[in-house]
Amino acid sequence: MEWETVIGLEVHIQLSTQSKIFSGSSTAFGAAPNTQASAIDLAMPGTLPVFNEQALNYAIMFGLALDAEIGKRSVFERKNYFYPDLPKGYQTTQLAEPIIGPGHVDIEVDGVTRRVRIHHAHLEEDAGKSLHEDYHGMTGIDLNRAGTPLIELVTEPDMRSAEEAVAFLKKIHAIITYLDISDGDMSQGSLRCDANVSVRPRGQEEFGTRVELKNINSFRFVERAIKCEVTRQIDLIEDGGTVVQETRLYDADRNETRSMRSKEEANDYRYFPCPDLLPVVIDDAYIEALRGRLPELPAARQARFERDYELSAYDAGVLTAERAVADFFEATAAACGAPKLAANWIMGDLAAQLNKEEVSISAAPITPELLAGLIKRIQDNTISSKIAKQVFEAMWAGEGNADQIIEQRGLRQLSDTGALDKIIDEIVNASPDQVAQYRAADEGRRKKLLGFFVGQVMKASRGQANPGLVNELLTAKLDG
Amino acid sequence: MHKLTLAEQLAGLAAKQFSSEELTLDYLARIERFDSRFNSYITLAPETALEAARAADAAYARGDAGALAGVPIAHKDLFCTAGIKTSCASKMLDNFVPPYDATLVSKLADAGVVMLGKTNMDEFAMGSSNETSFYGRARNPWGTDCVPGGSSGGSAAAVAAGLCAAATGSDTGGSIRQPAALCGITGLKPTYGRVSRYGMVAFASSLDQAGPMARTAEDCALLLQAMAGFDPRDSTSLDAPVPDYRATLNDSLEGLRIGLPKEYFGGALNPAMEAGVRTAIRELEQLGATVKEISLPHTGLAVPCYYVIAPAEASANLSRFDGVRYGYRCENPRDLYDLYTRTRAEGFGTEVKSRILIGTYALSAGYYDAYYRKAQQVRRLIRNDFVEAFKEVDVIAGPTTPNPAFCFDELSDPVTMYLEDIYTIAVNLAGLPALSLPAAFVGDKPAGLQLIGNYLSEARLLNIGHRFQQVTDWHQRRAPGLD
Repeated sequence: MEWETVIGLEVHIQLSTQSKIFSGSSTAFGAAPNTQASAIDLAMPGTLPVFNEQALNYAIMFGLALDAEIGKRSVFERKNYFYPDLPKGYQTTQLAEPIIGPGHVDIEVDGVTRRVRIHHAHLEEDAGKSLHEDYHGMTGIDLNRAGTPLIELVTEPDMRSAEEAVAFLKKIHAIITYLDISDGDMSQGSLRCDANVSVRPRGQEEFGTRVELKNINSFRFVERAIKCEVTRQIDLIEDGGTVVQETRLYDADRNETRSMRSKEEANDYRYFPCPDLLPVVIDDAYIEALRGRLPELPAARQARFERDYELSAYDAGVLTAERAVADFFEATAAACGAPKLAANWIMGDLAAQLNKEEVSISAAPITPELLAGLIKRIQDNTISSKIAKQVFEAMWAGEGNADQIIEQRGLRQLSDTGALDKIIDEIVNASPDQVAQYRAADEGRRKKLLGFFVGQVMKASRGQANPGLVNELLTAKLDG
Repeated sequence: MHKLTLAEQLAGLAAKQFSSEELTLDYLARIERFDSRFNSYITLAPETALEAARAADAAYARGDAGALAGVPIAHKDLFCTAGIKTSCASKMLDNFVPPYDATLVSKLADAGVVMLGKTNMDEFAMGSSNETSFYGRARNPWGTDCVPGGSSGGSAAAVAAGLCAAATGSDTGGSIRQPAALCGITGLKPTYGRVSRYGMVAFASSLDQAGPMARTAEDCALLLQAMAGFDPRDSTSLDAPVPDYRATLNDSLEGLRIGLPKEYFGGALNPAMEAGVRTAIRELEQLGATVKEISLPHTGLAVPCYYVIAPAEASANLSRFDGVRYGYRCENPRDLYDLYTRTRAEGFGTEVKSRILIGTYALSAGYYDAYYRKAQQVRRLIRNDFVEAFKEVDVIAGPTTPNPAFCFDELSDPVTMYLEDIYTIAVNLAGLPALSLPAAFVGDKPAGLQLIGNYLSEARLLNIGHRFQQVTDWHQRRAPGLD
C-alpha cells in the first residue's frame, strides 16, 4: 500500500526581548542558575505580572509576516499544572483569544510550492529548567528561563513529508531572524519544535491517529525523527497493529522514538482567564504602526536580489534563506562591486568552511570586508582564483587581510611581460623536442600541446604567473 | 493616648504634646497587657516600630514629617513586609519572610507610619470568623467568646481594643467591612484597583482589595490618602487621580439620594439589626439626605456566584505553595508527588483545602461552563443591578451583616456562615467601594451600617461617614475592661 504522511507542527519561538514577558528580569542566556530570577519569576506570594509591550509588538510583527489576522483583543489565561520548574503552578498563556489568528506560510520543496496554514499563534511564558545531573539523586531548578516570552505557533496538518516540515521550520527561522524578534538558535532552545505525525493510505480523506514527537531540536533531527516515526507507524500498521495517540520522545543517539505518555495520562489544565492581567486591546493604528516598522522579508529580498544583482532564482533563494547570510552578501557585494563573484564565494568556499567548522556566518573569522578585499584582488588579476583559495584559508586562520597575505606569502600573480618572457624563453629553449612537435602539429593538437608549456611556466613561477597572459605570450612565441 | 483617633494623634504629634516613641511604647505595652485576650497579633515588630517612631520624632523636630508620621498601625498578615514574617495565618507560610514590601506597606511607610506588627486573620483570608487561623482565633473585644469577624478579624479586634491606632485589611467578600461591623469600628473597602494589590498575598485576584480599618471615617480618609493610587506593578490598579479625601469630609449631605435595597431588609436580617440600621438611616435623613427603596434583583445569586469565582481563582493562586521554593515543606519527601501532596495536605488548613477543591472542581473539564462561565455571567448581572441603581441614587445603604457577632463554633455549617456575607459579597463582585460604620448596638454587640457607592466615590462615602459620626457616638464607644 502507498502511504501518505501528514504532519502538523507546534513551534515555540523564544522572543529576544530585553526583559521577561511579565517581569523586569533579564532574558540573557547562560547566566549562573537563578541569577536572573526575581521575586516575580520565583512566584513569591503577592507578586504580580506586568505584560511586556515589546513582546506584544514582536508577536504582532510576526503575525503580520505570516499574513495572519491580529487579535484586536487577546486574553492571557492560566494553564494549571504542577511541576517544579513552573513556579506559579500555572503557565500564563493564551487559549481562546490568542494574539495571532489564522495565517499561512508558503514553502517550496523540489520546485513544488505548498501553502501551510497557520491555525493560530499565541504568547506565553517559558518555564524554568529542571537539572537532573550533578545533584546526587536530587533535582536542581534553574528559573533563569522562567518567564522568557515565547510565541507558540500551531499549524494545520498541511505538511506531507519530513522535508516539507524542515522547509517550513526554515521559513519560520528566516522570518523570525529577519524580524529580529528571536535569535532562532535551535541549539539554545530559542526555536523548538514538536511534530504531530500520522500516516494514512494515499487517497484516504480521514487522518490517521497522530503521535506527538518531542525533543527534536535541530533541523536535522526534525527530518530524521519524522522519518523514523513514519517508518514505525507504517511497519506497525502493516504488521496488523494500530497507532496509539501518544507523545513520543525522539532519541537522536539511537535514531528512534519512544513512548513518553499516552492520551489517557493527559492533564486537565483547567484554563481560565488570568485575573491579574487585563485583556490586551489594540486598534488598527497600533497594528499599522508596527507594519510600518517591518523590515524587508525573505520573499521580497529574494526578488530584489534576482532583480538588482542579476542572480539566479536559486542563488537568490539560498542567499536570502537566512538574514545573516543575506546581510553578509549585500555587505560583500557593496564592498567589492562584484555581486556574482561574492555570491559564488559565499555559497561555495565560505559555506563549506562554515559547515566544516560548525560556526554561524556572524561568528565567522572572515567578515564581508575581508571577503570583498579578496574578491577585488581576483578581479584586478593580482591573484588567480586558485591562489585565492589559499588566501581565503589564510584569512580564515586569522593571518590578516588579502593584501597582507598576498604580500607576506609573495602570492602576487606574475603579470610582468618582461619577467614572464624570461621564464618562457628558458622553458622554450630547454624543450626543443616539444617545440618541434608543437610546430609540426595542426591547430587542434597545438592547443593540447600548449598545455605542457603552460604547466611548465606555472611550475617555474610557483603558480603565480597570470595564466591568461602566459597563454598569450606562449602562443605568440611558439607560433611566431 | 490610645483613646485618641488617628487624626487626633497626628495633631498631638505635630503639636509635640507627645512623641511617637511614647505613643508606640504605650501601644506596645497595651498589646503586652491585653492581647493574650484577643490574639489579634501574629507577629510583633517592636524594634522596627520604635526605630520608625524615633525617625518620625526626628522628622517632626526637623519639620519634614510625612502625612502619617509617627502613628502606630498594624498590617494584616497578608501584606508582605520586608524582613518580617508574613504568614497569611497559615502553617504554609509560618517560616516565610518576604524580601520585599507590598506597595501598600511601602506607601504607608513613606507617609511615616509606625508598624507595630502583623495581625491575625483567617488562613489565606478564607473565612468570616477568624476561626481558621493557624495561630488560633482572634477574639472580639466586645465579648471574647465571640468572633471578631473575618477575615481581617485581627485588624478589627486590635483597633477596637486600642492595640493600634488603625490597621490595614483586605476585602474579598466582606473581609474589611464584616469584622469592622462586628467589632464596632469603621472600615472601607475601596473600588477594585484603587489600592495596589502588589505584595498582598492573593486570595481571589479579581475580588481582592485592600483598605483601611480605623475608629473613624476621617481616620480611614487619612489612611486611604496614603494607600491609594496607580501602581505600575499591578496591572489591575486604576490610573485615576487620587482626590483629597479629607478636604470633602465636611461637605453637606443636602440632597444626597440614598437607596435602600428591598432585598437587604427583612428575610435573614435580624430584626434588632434592622431597627438599628433604620435609625441610623434616619440620622442621615436628618442631615439632608432623601431615601427611596430600590431593588438589586440578583442579590440572592451573589453568595453562590462568589463561591464559584473566588475558589476558582484561589485554586490557581495557591498552587505556588508547593514546597519547592519557600514556605512549608513536608519532612523527607519520597518523590515529587509525595512532596506536593504531603506539603499541601500538611501545610493548608481545612477551609483552605475545601476551597481549593471547590475551585478546582469548578474549573475542571466538563464543569467549567456550568460553574465558572455561568458564575461570570451572573457576576455581570449583579454588576448591572448596581449600575442601574446608581442611575437613581447616589449611595446605597443597608446593614453590613444580618446579625451581630456570633459565638465561636456557633456556625459550624460553612454555608450558614457564608450567608453572613450576603450584603457584602455583591460589592466585591461588582468592584464597588463600600464603607461600614458603627451604627447601632444589638444587645451588647456593635452593628454596622454599610454604605455602597459608585465607582471611585470613596470621597463621598467618607464624607457621609464623617458627617454621620459627627452627630452620633457609636464610633466612640469602647469595649469594656481595656483601660
